[in-house]
Formats: sequence, structure tokens, C-alpha cells
Amino acid sequence: MVDLVTHASPMARHVLRGRPAALEAAQGALGFALPRQACRAASKGDVHALWLGPDEWLILSGVSDGLAERLEDAMGAHPHALVEVSDRQIGLVISGAEAEAVLSVGCPLDLGLDAFPVGMCTRTVLAKAEIGLWRTGPNTFHLEVWRSFEAYVRQFLAAAAVVPA
Amino acid sequence: MSKTLRTPAGGSVNRVKTIKFSFDGKTYQGLEGDTLASALLANGIRVMGRSFKYHRARGVLGAGSEEPNALVAVRRDKARIAPNLRATQVELYDGLVAESQNRWPSLNFDVGAVLSLLSPFIPAGFYYKTFMWPKSAWDKLYEPNIRAAAGLGHAPTEADPDSYLNRFAHCEVLIIGAGPAGLAAALAASEGGERVILVDEQCELGGSLLSATDAVIDGQSGRAWRDAVVAKLAANPKVTLMTRANAFGYFAHNMIGVAERLSEHQASPAKGAPRERLWQIRAREVVLATGAIERPLVFPDNDRPGIILADSARTYLNRYGVLPGKRVVVATGHDEAYRAALDLHKAGVTIAAIADARPNPKGPLVEAARAAGLPIKTGYAITGTKGTLGVAEARLSPILGAGRVGPPEIVACDSVLMSGGFTPSVHLFSQSRGKVVWDETLETYLPGASAEAERSAGACRGQFGLAKALADGFAAGSDAARLTVKRDFVVQATEGDPKGVVGALPHDRGNGAKAFIDWQNDVTTKDLKLAVREGFQSIEHIKRYTTTGMATDQGKTSNLNALGVISDALDRPIPQIGLTTFRMPYTPVTFGVLAGMARGDLFDPVRTTPIHDWAVEQGAVFEDVSLWKRARFFPQGREDMEAAVRRECLAVRSHCGIFDASTLGKIEVVGPDAAEFMNRFYINAWTKLGVGKCRYGIVCREDGFVTDDGVVGRMSQDRFHVTTTTGGAPRVLAMMEDYLQTEWPDLDVWLTSTTEQFAVIALQGPKARDILSGLVEGIDLSPEALAHMSLVEGKICGVPTRLFRVSFTGELGFEINVPSQHGRKVWEAIWAAGQPHGLVPYGTETMHVLRAEKGFIIVGQETDGTATPDDVGLTWAVGKAKPDYVGKRSLARPAMAAPDRKQLVGLLTKDPHIVLEEGAQVVLTPGQKAPMALVGHVTSSYHSAVLGRSIALAMVSGGRARIGETVYIPMPGSDIAVDVTSPVFYDPEGVRVNG
Amino acid sequence: MLLITCPHCGPRPELEFTHGGEAHIARPENPAAMNAEDWTEYLYMRANPKGLHAERWRHLHGCARFFNALRDTTTDQFVATYATGQPRPDLKGAGQ
Repeated sequence: MVDLVTHASPMARHVLRGRPAALEAAQGALGFALPRQACRAASKGDVHALWLGPDEWLILSGVSDGLAERLEDAMGAHPHALVEVSDRQIGLVISGAEAEAVLSVGCPLDLGLDAFPVGMCTRTVLAKAEIGLWRTGPNTFHLEVWRSFEAYVRQFLAAAAVVPA
Repeated sequence: MSKTLRTPAGGSVNRVKTIKFSFDGKTYQGLEGDTLASALLANGIRVMGRSFKYHRARGVLGAGSEEPNALVAVRRDKARIAPNLRATQVELYDGLVAESQNRWPSLNFDVGAVLSLLSPFIPAGFYYKTFMWPKSAWDKLYEPNIRAAAGLGHAPTEADPDSYLNRFAHCEVLIIGAGPAGLAAALAASEGGERVILVDEQCELGGSLLSATDAVIDGQSGRAWRDAVVAKLAANPKVTLMTRANAFGYFAHNMIGVAERLSEHQASPAKGAPRERLWQIRAREVVLATGAIERPLVFPDNDRPGIILADSARTYLNRYGVLPGKRVVVATGHDEAYRAALDLHKAGVTIAAIADARPNPKGPLVEAARAAGLPIKTGYAITGTKGTLGVAEARLSPILGAGRVGPPEIVACDSVLMSGGFTPSVHLFSQSRGKVVWDETLETYLPGASAEAERSAGACRGQFGLAKALADGFAAGSDAARLTVKRDFVVQATEGDPKGVVGALPHDRGNGAKAFIDWQNDVTTKDLKLAVREGFQSIEHIKRYTTTGMATDQGKTSNLNALGVISDALDRPIPQIGLTTFRMPYTPVTFGVLAGMARGDLFDPVRTTPIHDWAVEQGAVFEDVSLWKRARFFPQGREDMEAAVRRECLAVRSHCGIFDASTLGKIEVVGPDAAEFMNRFYINAWTKLGVGKCRYGIVCREDGFVTDDGVVGRMSQDRFHVTTTTGGAPRVLAMMEDYLQTEWPDLDVWLTSTTEQFAVIALQGPKARDILSGLVEGIDLSPEALAHMSLVEGKICGVPTRLFRVSFTGELGFEINVPSQHGRKVWEAIWAAGQPHGLVPYGTETMHVLRAEKGFIIVGQETDGTATPDDVGLTWAVGKAKPDYVGKRSLARPAMAAPDRKQLVGLLTKDPHIVLEEGAQVVLTPGQKAPMALVGHVTSSYHSAVLGRSIALAMVSGGRARIGETVYIPMPGSDIAVDVTSPVFYDPEGVRVNG
Repeated sequence: MLLITCPHCGPRPELEFTHGGEAHIARPENPAAMNAEDWTEYLYMRANPKGLHAERWRHLHGCARFFNALRDTTTDQFVATYATGQPRPDLKGAGQ
């Protein structure tokens, strides 16, 4: 189970909120349309936009790639909020045939591929921690975990990976 | 009695694998596949428990989870003792150690059995009636003694060393019960390719098919059909089969709680192997195929060991190869007992008599018994038994009508089989909030309209018999999966009349004879009749008064008979008496499985800051603040807390201290309407706060009471950096979102938690500026450029920072926000730079003392949810010109300005060495007797090193007007005289923040 | 555990939600102009019906939005969920 959970590569994180005009403008800087369907992610290259709420996205991108500045420039005076949260949370990747089952030890969502397809993302809970959960492959999930909850989440997943005899 | 009741062949036990186990210290042998109950029976052990109230010797009554008598404790070691397990469900393993319960000194000689002789004096409601007077005796005499005598089994005294797992699961169709109906339902439901979960409490799927001998389904024996179906289901990846899984609770919206036993049945579980797992299964549709439980007959002395339910006896014979006895009397009001009699007859058991309470039983099973030459007495009731520690003879009497019986015949026997018919298991249906309805034909309660997306199938809804169960189960599975699959099962099985008898059989015995209704709680017909005579009419009341149906078996074998007896006593039909609601758990579950993984290190998340490890390395002592670990103090050498705090306090006042404030809640308020939002939410005014300036903000709830506070900095025209208390962070953000989303959705402003984006390093003390000066880039720290309550963005140690000049100590102070990943690096750089300046780390305890010396409140310590800003001396913070803010209207209520409100004051003890106790009360005059006239309470109290004396903060009625007065703190033995003072004890002019 | 249909995210487990009390109690436009009785009514008085109840929920560990729901307090069945600001659905004959 040592390899089940790994750290995601370092990335910049921003929470994007705003009125429609700002979101339109942001898409230009992003280079792709913000996903408008609930709980879906959209990506281009190493830039990802994860729908978190009807006017809320988590933007993941390369470290120091200047995306935030470009987004601010693009949105200008259109009402919006762009807040950096790169250090608020850490990314974990849980991968393997047993990933879905291990997450289901603490996550009450239906994680079957039909109910939670590749590309779906949402905030949810894992036992007593809130997590961001993003399915990046049939057997791979990306977790966003608040920094101080990482130890708990990793310990929980390790305990959850115990397979009864 | 012969020692071995094991048949020479038959059953599904493994005849070549013997298993050694012990019961009450004696070693026995069983076979692989046995339960503890079947192995004990095979060894001729009939007494397996003592009853709860009268300590009567009891044998096994059933063969499954309904067992009320054979409750045992299974012990692996001192910490692993599981009490109150049904021996019928305990799977035998090598070395199993089981003990009987509720007896002393031994099972066969139990001193407590004298209670049975006293039983005329222990009627229903005995405790309510007896232990009323004198009132004072309750605490000291009655309750301790009743408690000592009460309870069933003993919990282990050591912590549970085992681990437990949790699991959420989802499926389209969940089927509970894997008897013929459940298996057929799974066959149908799995044809649509959707997810199907089939759970069963037994160690094998199959239910009644596991003990069937004569049934033929689609040309195969029942057992072979079962094997084929299970194999087919197991091969389907969409189907999950669960055994040893107790579906104990039906929760709202088709959430089913299932407790799965994982290693309980293993002789030597692997080290660390989880013991049980709690499943929370959400199903689109549920099929309840929970079967039916055989009803005992109610007759005098019906609880002797050796008296067993007829169908259970069949299970012991056909599944485990164990005979209930060698010479058996069958007492019945139902056809199924004939099936048991025929099977036992075939196995060589003498059927001494079949006493059928029905005048004229008919049907194939009865005819088969006749054809086999079994002695059948129709219109006969069993009216008593005799025997020491087990039945030795039965009394059979002809029923004459009108509740009378004729002279009895005495029939010698070593076992009595009984059957009153079968009661559908509607427990889970009832838990789902479905209402049961009375069926006149079957004389039983059946599931009525569904409250959830579920349907019952098979015997649990009165569809008795193998053919009906299969057909009904398949239809239910098809329906649940939204399919229209059809299948006709070709079934050869002898089916009887489903109707049985309910309530007590007639008898001619005196009042002394006990006819048990509820074996586990020792409730007799007499108790129920007494309750009715005393005026109880509602089943809800009778149940609680007599405790019938309230034991751990929840009346699985007793409820319907109880209703029958009450119905007779009240002369009212059963449906007018009603039925109590079934509660979870269906069968008892352990605390361990409910706690699941939330224990030990995983009980709660332990949140630590980026600087935590440094504090650990320095030997800090930590305290819990909400989920956070915060360094409380940093002892040096052998310092205790008092000494460390004294040293840390003085160091901050004289030189400088460094403090980890990372846990403070932080919220980024961003958008063109940010200032407007802040104006509406906080009591303070924000419009005029300049960019780069800070303000101490206070949040009230709509009722006007202070709920949080913290420094807010204005980063730009449209961006505020808000801080909250450590514990208040989620609450304040939720409250902000509430107002923003639901009251002011038109405001162009958004909120983002940044609590963990930043590590926050507080540097407090006269040397703070000197320490920082060499570390910052592009930041002018001079008082002119960075005045108290202002902020600047720049770099420190090469990383971006939001540098606040603020003070919670009264000293020159800075709070350095840096991205969390750099927190420790920056901390260590400051730490190094501070060495020449006498820098010390300090913890939350010192922080508390330093702020108390300055009269700064802590929300939740000085305030308790009923303090206004004015009560705690913060009127100055209110934006008085604002037309509105959260709490403003409430603060205008007359009571909020009453002069006798509790107000924040300082208290100085006349004796400077006395440190008051926090929470102590304040009175105006000494020497009062309780109840005293209390005028306030101490909220904070410390020894102040810099002042060389104790200080305290208190909330005192009309306190500000009492400054200068002497009041008293009543303590055991004495009243402590204190002077009421201003809450600001140190540097009242506030010059020290300027360094 | 309830299964609650978030108007944005669809059916989700109760563990992700917080309850927000009775719905459709708007904060008065001008609290200062209100007399004590009316203010008390707004601040403290809440319905506690047996049957359909309009209540607020927040999908805290999801989209984090507040929304309203009509729930039957006797059966726990949700009849409707709808976005904050929308009127209570007229459901004649539903529930109760």
C-alpha cells in the first residue's frame, strides 16, 4: 500500500469567483472554456479548471507561470475575486485498481465509474476531513487536501487500504 | 442421557475435522461447520444459560439470530471478551473459549435461581412498585444493588485492541436475506447488469435451503440448486455477496447499516486483522427477504432445556447432524412441526407423540406423518413439563373448549419440539417507517405500504412455502431492478397450511405455573394479564411495564404471542392493540463496529501548523485548540508551566518573543463591494479604513452578542485580509456566506478561506523591529512608514509576505504572514536573527497572560454568547454612524443597555499571591450562605510576572460602576476579598506598542 | 443518513450538508424601523410543523451553496429542493 498514495507535483492554485463578464474574460486568459457543468473539470496542457460551485472554480496550473497575472489583467474591472491558495492545500494522487474501494472506506459518494466518471470533481468528505476529489482516470484520483489535514488523510487511507483476510 | 447426539452421517458439517473448544472450563469436541450451540447439543449439553430475572436454567430455543436463551461470552484474552453472543451464531473454531452468563457459582447450580421461588413477589412492575420509598434510599441502597444484580454479561475491562473498518457502498438493488426468496431476487435483479448486493447474517448463503432435505428445485436438490445459484451470482462482477453480515438498521432514504463480522469466526486471526466492518449501503431499491421466525407455544413450564422450536430442531438435524434427543414429543399448532417430526423419525428418533392443538389438522405433511405411523393426538395441548435441568416428561391434555382441558397423559421424553407457526420478520420494514397491517387469514402482521423504495418478498410478507418464496423473490428482484424478467421455478416440496396459533394454549394448571412469552426477559402470561388488570391497555405501555419484547432479541420469538395474550385479557382483537415499532439494531451490534475507524489516531484529525515540528524539537508542551495542536509553553530544563510562562512573559516584555499564530482563521474578502460587505457584517466601520491599514473587528450575531473578533487589514480598495479566532474560523466564514448568499446576493464580493495559505509568525517585544530589520526586503519598518495597526506587502527572507504591525501583547509587535511552505524557513531565520536580542519562543499560555495584562478579551473566555460589545468594553469599536449592521437592531433593545448587565472589569486580590480560580463566582458581601446573591464570575486569572502579582478579569453586574469597590470571591472555607479595577493592568497609557 | 438533492450537484449524502433552519425568513430591509415585537418575531420565532417544512440547507462540503428544501418532517422525504431566493413551490396535495 506504500505506493497507493503519492504527492501530486507542485502546482499553483487559485480560487476564481466572479460575475459572467469576468468569467468570459477569464476564459481568454485560460485558453479554454470554464466548465459550466456541475462537478466537472476542464484542462488544457497543465492548466486545469475544476468546477467547485456555480460561480467557483479551482484553477490549477504550473508554478510561477504567470497565469494569475494574466487572469487579473483579462478580468480587469469586471467584478471578480482571484485568490491564491497554492499553499492552503496539497495534492495527493491515489492510483491503482483498489483506489475506488479505498476511498469508499471514508467517502460517502458513489464512486462507481457511471456515477463518478473520469473528469468529475467535487468537494466532499473523507471520514472527518473535507477533500477535493477529482477523477483523472478510471483508477486514478487526485485529492486536494487542506495542508493540516494531510497527515490525517494519509493515515486514514493507509488504514483503509487494509484488506481483511 | 446419552452423551452423543451426533448422527452417524448427514448435515453439512465436516465429519473428519474435529474441533476442540471449551464451555465453562470443560473441553469438548465439535465438528467444522458447527455453531457453538450445535456442538454443545451434540455433546448432550442442554443447559446453556440462565434467564435474566429468575435465573432459570435454559437451553437453546432456536438455531439462529432469534435465540433468546443461549447467550454466552466468548473470550480470546482479557481484552477480547464478547458478551451476550447467541451460541446459535457463534461459529466453532479450534480453541474457542465460551462461558455461560448470569449464573453463580455455576450454570447447573445457580444461587440466583432462588429468585424463581420468590417470583410470586416479583410481579410485573415490581421495581416501580417496590423501590419507591423512602426516597433517600434510592441513591445509596436500591440503585447500587439493582445495578449490581442487573445486566447481562460482562464487558471486558481492558481497551479493545482490535481494529474495525468502515465502508460506504452503493448499489441499484440491495437484497437482505439470502434464503430462497433472496437468492431468487438476486438472480432476477442481476440480469439487468446493475449493481446488486446480497447480504445475509449467516456464514453461508441459502437460509432455509441449508437445512432442507426433501425440496427439489428445477430438478436439483435444494442444496445443489443453492450451490449453483451462489456460484452464478459470485461469478457476476456486478454482484456482491456478503455473509456474516447483520443488516441491523434501515435508515432514511434507503441507507442500510450492515455490521460484517470479519475475523470473529477465525481460530487465530492474523495480527492486526480487522474484526468487523461497518457498511453503510445506499441502495436505489431494497428487497427485504428476511424470512420468518418460528413462534414458540405458550404453555406452563415451556422453558425447560430440551424444549426447542421444531424447525430449529430440523436445522440441527439436517445441517449440523445433531439430534435434539432420542425420544421426542412434538407439540404444535402448525403443519411445519410435522416436517420436523418426519425428518427426526427418519433419523431414528422416537416420536413419542405429536400433540396438535388443532382439532382437525389436514394436508400432506400431516398425512405423511400418519402414513409413517407417528402417534398423532389432535385437539391436544401440551400443558406442562417436568424434569431437572432439562425436560423428562411432557403433559398432554385434550382440549375441551372454552379454555378448559381434560385430564393429562404423561409422556416421557428427552426433548419437546414445538411450533405455533411462523411470524414474518417485519423488523427492517418497520424500521423503514413502513406501517404493518394485520392479516386476518394468517393472523399475523405483514408489511403494508412502503415508506421507502423497498419491497418485501417471501415469508417476511407471508408468502410461505418454497415455491411461493422463489416466485415472490424473483418477481421482487425483477421489479427492484426495473426489469420484466420472468422465470418459473419447478418446485417439488411438500407444503403445509401457513396458519398457526397465537397466544397461550389452554391449560389446567394453577397460578404457580409459569408460561413464558418472552424467554430472555422472563415475561410470563401472568405478568401480561396482571398489567392489564392494573389498567394498562396500550401495547406501548404494557411493553414498558412488563418489559416484554424489550430484551436484546427485541421480542423476535415473543411479540405476537404477547399480543395474543393481551388480546385475550383485554377481550379486544389484536389489530386494535397495535404493534410497537421495531428499533435498530435487528440483532445487537458491538460498540467497536459503530466507532469503526474513528478511534485512536483517527478519532479526529490532528491539525498542525508549518512550524509545529520546530516546536516539537524545542520540547514544547502542546494543547488542543479545536482540532489544532498549539504550543502552550516551551519549558527549559525542569521548568513547570508556571515557571516557563513567567520566564516567557518577562522575556516578551523586556526583549522579544516569537509565537506561532498560524492557526488564526483567515478569510480573503474580495470584490468591488468588499467594504460594503464588511460594513454590513462587522459592527465596525470600514469605508474609511485606508489601504495598508488594520482595524480590530468585532462580529455580533443578529441577536447582538459578540461571536468573534480579529484584526482585519485592507490590502487594496477591493480586498480585505480578515482574521478570526482559531476556533471561530469555520463558523465566521459560514456566517459570512450565509448573509452573502441569502441576504445580499447582489453584492459583488467573494469569500475565500486562506487560513492555511499563510503561516503566521508573531514577533512581539521591544526588540521586534531590530530583529526583523535585516530580514525584510523593500519594507520600511520605521514607525513613520509602518505605524501601529498598519500593514505592508513585500518580501522577507526572499519570500512574499503580508507584514502586519499589530499587537496582542501591548508590546511593539509584528505578525508576519508568509506562504505556508516557507513558514518554517522564515521562522528559523527570525529565530536566528533574534538570538543576539534575547528572543524566546512563547506559547498560548503566555499569550493569554500577556493579553490579560492588557485587558484584551478572548472571545469564548470573557464572552459566553450573551455579552454585547459594550459589556466587554468595546463600544468604541462600533460604527455608530452606520444605518445597519448585523446585531445593531438587537443592541438597541432596552435590556441590552440595562445598567446591571455584566460588564468586563479587572479584579485584584487584596492578597497579591492568591490566583483566583477561573469560573469562580463574585458576591458583594462576605459570609453569605447558599443560595448566595451572585453578581458575576471570574473569566481569566493568572499570575502576572511583570506586575509581580495575580490579576483577573471578570464579568460583574454593573461592574464599571463598581470600580474601586471591594467584592468577594466565595471559596470553600473563606471569601477572598478583591478590588474591582479597570481591566487594563499594564501600561494603561498604551505607550509600549510604540516600542 | 438522508440523501439530499442539491440544486447544483444533484443527490448527495447528508454528511456533506449543514442544516440552516427555517427558510423564507428574510432579514428585514430596515431593522431600525422595526418595533420590538416584530423584531422579536423575526429574530426568534420559528415554525415547527408536523409535515412539510421549508428549510435551508447548505452543501458545505460540495458546492458550498445555500439552498431551500421542502421536507416532510414526519417521513424525512424531500418533496423539492430549490435555489435560495426562489419562492416556496406550490405543492398542493404533496406531502401531509
